[in-house]
Amino acid sequence: MFRRTFIAGLGAVSVLPSGALALTEGSAKTLIDQLVGDINKVISSGKSESGMIRDFEKIFARYSDTSYISAYAMGADGRRASTAQKRAFSDAFQSYIARKYGKRFREFIGGRLEVTSVRKVKKWFEVDTVAYLKGQSPFKVTFHVSNRSGKDLFFNMFVEGINLLLTERTEVGALIDSNGGDIDRMIAALKQSG
Amino acid sequence: MFAAVLCTALLSACSAQNGAPSADGINDPYEAQNRRVHAFNRGLDRAIVRPAGKGYTAIVPDDIEDSVGNFSTNLGQPSVTVNSLLQGDMRGSGISLARFVINSTLGIGGLFDVATDFGIEDHDTDFGETLYVWGVGEGSYIELPLLGPSTARHTAGRIVDLFTNPLSYNLDDPESYIPPAATVASRLGDRGRYSDTVDAILYESADSYAQARLIYLQNRRFQLGAQDAGSSIDPFELNTEGF
Repeated sequence: MFRRTFIAGLGAVSVLPSGALALTEGSAKTLIDQLVGDINKVISSGKSESGMIRDFEKIFARYSDTSYISAYAMGADGRRASTAQKRAFSDAFQSYIARKYGKRFREFIGGRLEVTSVRKVKKWFEVDTVAYLKGQSPFKVTFHVSNRSGKDLFFNMFVEGINLLLTERTEVGALIDSNGGDIDRMIAALKQSG
Repeated sequence: MFAAVLCTALLSACSAQNGAPSADGINDPYEAQNRRVHAFNRGLDRAIVRPAGKGYTAIVPDDIEDSVGNFSTNLGQPSVTVNSLLQGDMRGSGISLARFVINSTLGIGGLFDVATDFGIEDHDTDFGETLYVWGVGEGSYIELPLLGPSTARHTAGRIVDLFTNPLSYNLDDPESYIPPAATVASRLGDRGRYSDTVDAILYESADSYAQARLIYLQNRRFQLGAQDAGSSIDPFELNTEGF
């Protein structure tokens, strides 16, 4: 009897694709709570800038939908990119994001983020947080969370309405233009940027 | 008179361009001209504004910088009160009026933001927002010399706001120079204080014009509570294979 239930249970687990784990208000909030906790830990660690950038790259890889953010940033040009170019871009892009935002972590020293509310928007969740930084009025940072990839991950972030996806698509688009439409050269430039 | 003509022209531009924004939410028919203004602004920033802002922040103690900012904000409160009234926002007009009274008296002429300490949080608005509330469209994107990114509606609002502040009628020379001087000092302080953010946009991005335009439009729409293209990006609508 025990054995049968056990096997049936195993079967049920293996049949369920990981994506079927429902994304709920609670799990979206948990993800951002953990993310905020990890960010706050890095901020208060007192590490060097390069140490913080390394930590931030790990946080970005763990909590965000990196393949979606990379694909969105490349925009329509992604359609003509080869598999190798997509891979190379995705890697270069993640390091670029870590450098660009990690460099700014100094401004976060002594500050903190607090999750304030969660709400469902279509097929994803919007998690609002407030950033309290030294010498600045508190401001709003919003995360969009989905389980598109099979895992709960954030795919966009808004700071006072300014969102990561559109900002980075504009940046990558400008890099592609300034490199005459050459994707390999754009990737090389991205590695120097941020 | 000139201002009235200019405003009418700008407002008709707002309505004429109403349906025009592209999928990314950007309506910029004067891009070529705007880019020339941007190049001018960037040159000016590099040569004068940036060094002056950094020098200002480095030399002036933080407390005094805060006071200059508070003083400048306080001088703008009567305009916030008038605009809140025009928007039918009684709460906002009450808050800004209370802040003006408290900070002008207990805050020694606005140098100290006592109102915030009392829990009366800052309320800010402008005639550009009044136009938004009245249903006027955003209009074309415009980069203004010295002032930077704007839209037709926001620019019309700025012009009208020269007149919505009762203080501007009640000051004689040389007192009338105090508000603009405070605004300039406060802006220099902001340029110095947010130096890394501004530098990242102006000098570290691949296309500083496009980046400044996007950031301004998103942030302005956020402040107005208007819909922005970014809020409805559906993560299920993109093929991410290979990334």
